[in-house]
Amino acid sequence: MSKISAATLALPGNRAPARRSLAQRVKAAWPLYLMLLPSLALMIVFRVLPLWGVSIAFVDYYPLKGLAGSPFVGFKHFEVLFNSREGFEIIRNTLVIAVGKLIAGDIAGIAFALLVFQLANPLFKRIAQVTTAIPHFMSWVIIGGIFIDLLSSRGLVNAPLQAVGLPAIPFLRDQTLFPITLILTDVWKEFGFGSVIYLAALTTILPELYEAAAVDGAGRLSRLIHITIPGIMPTIILMLCLGLGRVLDAGFEQVLTLLNPLVYATGDIIDTYVYRVGLLQGNFSIGTAVGLFKSVVSFILILLSYWLADRYAGYRIF
Amino acid sequence: MVEERSPGARIANSLIYIVVGLLAIMAILPFWNVLSISLSSRAAVEANVVSLWPVGLHFENYQHVLNRPQFTRSLLISVARVVFGVGLQLLVCMLTAYPLARETIDMPGRTLYKMFLIFGMLFSGGLIPYFLLLRDIRLLNTFAVLVVPASLSIFHSILILNFFRGIPRELAEAAEIDGATHFDVLFRVYLPLSTPALMTVGLFAAVQHWNAWFDGLVFIRDAANRPLQSLLYSIVMQGGADAEAVWGTIGQVSNLTPRGLSGAMLLFAALPILIIYPYIQRYFTTGLTLGAIKQ
Repeated sequence: MSKISAATLALPGNRAPARRSLAQRVKAAWPLYLMLLPSLALMIVFRVLPLWGVSIAFVDYYPLKGLAGSPFVGFKHFEVLFNSREGFEIIRNTLVIAVGKLIAGDIAGIAFALLVFQLANPLFKRIAQVTTAIPHFMSWVIIGGIFIDLLSSRGLVNAPLQAVGLPAIPFLRDQTLFPITLILTDVWKEFGFGSVIYLAALTTILPELYEAAAVDGAGRLSRLIHITIPGIMPTIILMLCLGLGRVLDAGFEQVLTLLNPLVYATGDIIDTYVYRVGLLQGNFSIGTAVGLFKSVVSFILILLSYWLADRYAGYRIF
Repeated sequence: MVEERSPGARIANSLIYIVVGLLAIMAILPFWNVLSISLSSRAAVEANVVSLWPVGLHFENYQHVLNRPQFTRSLLISVARVVFGVGLQLLVCMLTAYPLARETIDMPGRTLYKMFLIFGMLFSGGLIPYFLLLRDIRLLNTFAVLVVPASLSIFHSILILNFFRGIPRELAEAAEIDGATHFDVLFRVYLPLSTPALMTVGLFAAVQHWNAWFDGLVFIRDAANRPLQSLLYSIVMQGGADAEAVWGTIGQVSNLTPRGLSGAMLLFAALPILIIYPYIQRYFTTGLTLGAIKQ
């Protein structure tokens, strides 16, 4: 559509619109600019103005004195982030939890899609897809609240263990188990919805390929390896590329609902640190510095992931 | 799929049905467990004998939660944020999408503005500068803080923008020849044609607003003015005094239990999502297919 109208404008007999100068076109478009006013105002207030506040990261901020009255300290707060044990821990925890979720989540989504794809009964297939996607649409307060009860010593998992004389598993209170619990509960919440994109990819594989392979005597396993997996490979690569942009996103809302002081050493992530130490405890400069570090690195990684997705999966985001 | 009739294939097929069935049950089980606990008698909950079926069935936890003024208040705040938040967001989305859906020849600077929006979507100054900004513009502790910042959803604007670009250009041109302004074209031509897309985005926005809790928790100091999900956070995750302030003192004579009350409240918060779920599941793949932006 757009190409046709552009081409028509370029035709010699149809010169009038093309001759309009930029100033004329801008003038004619004023109602369109008027429509952009709400979004422009919201952009400036909520996304651009806060960028000014980023300078708090480079001073020792005293709320009572304001930004101008606070002494400039350069990169001091960033040095603390990179040289302290706490700083190392929150960056490590963020990466471990985020990457663990990306890998486990993708594998679970692919595996579930492959299983559902094998089902012949359409009703059963539909029910399985719809029920497993429900938790995705619930907030982490609801899911976290349910799991805090479920994984406690008197909960659904531990009560039967204790009934047969085994010790309760401290899912949310043990430093080693906590990150694993985060990953597993996230996989539980997201695998059903995560499989949707892979199922969509599976349905685009031509049935003729399977029929031809079956005629040639290929079994279930060899069809899986030679037809199904290559068929969804572009989607897998795409999801991996896009995942790169999220390696500093360990899931703020989930971690905040499940985190407790017993597991700060392995469960505290960048976002929860900024919230607790920065905002709640009033260390505004440190919190801003840590947040800024995450914003900048994430921004670069997201751009890189979009470029990779375009380059290797042929997927243009913008 | 290729049909297979060998006994081995049949066993494999049955196994797949069983595994998928178990996974589906596993997705529901935690909700079911909480439901059972919230419907069980105090004696049964305290003896920890409830797993998947209510023991000593009663509805006192639900009655109690519904009778607490703070619950009703927070529920109303949540409903209000969904209604106003979604309405405002759809309006801003349409106003943003329409000009950007036009060709550059009609709308000089559209690409630049789109880049600006995308930058705003991908980069943020972080929580603390944002908090200080809200403080400075006096938006903290207001209802507006729940709906105004969220009224600009860049992602949703781009979804609507892509939908608008699929509307044949001739329709707008015909209206313009009849003297329609851009606002007429948007609200009388594009709007009626876009109801499916607006429904989808509205549904997603409603789920987001209903589920949001961090903004209410951090930007509204007085717990009495927080939406339901933020209230839930302080009761379930922080417990203690917060919970008692909402529930009042739980006597030893009733069937009320902290676990049962938390469960009842969690399920109340989950209920609206379950009610609109049949509509949500129609649009599972919408975000995926509209996500690819056609230039």
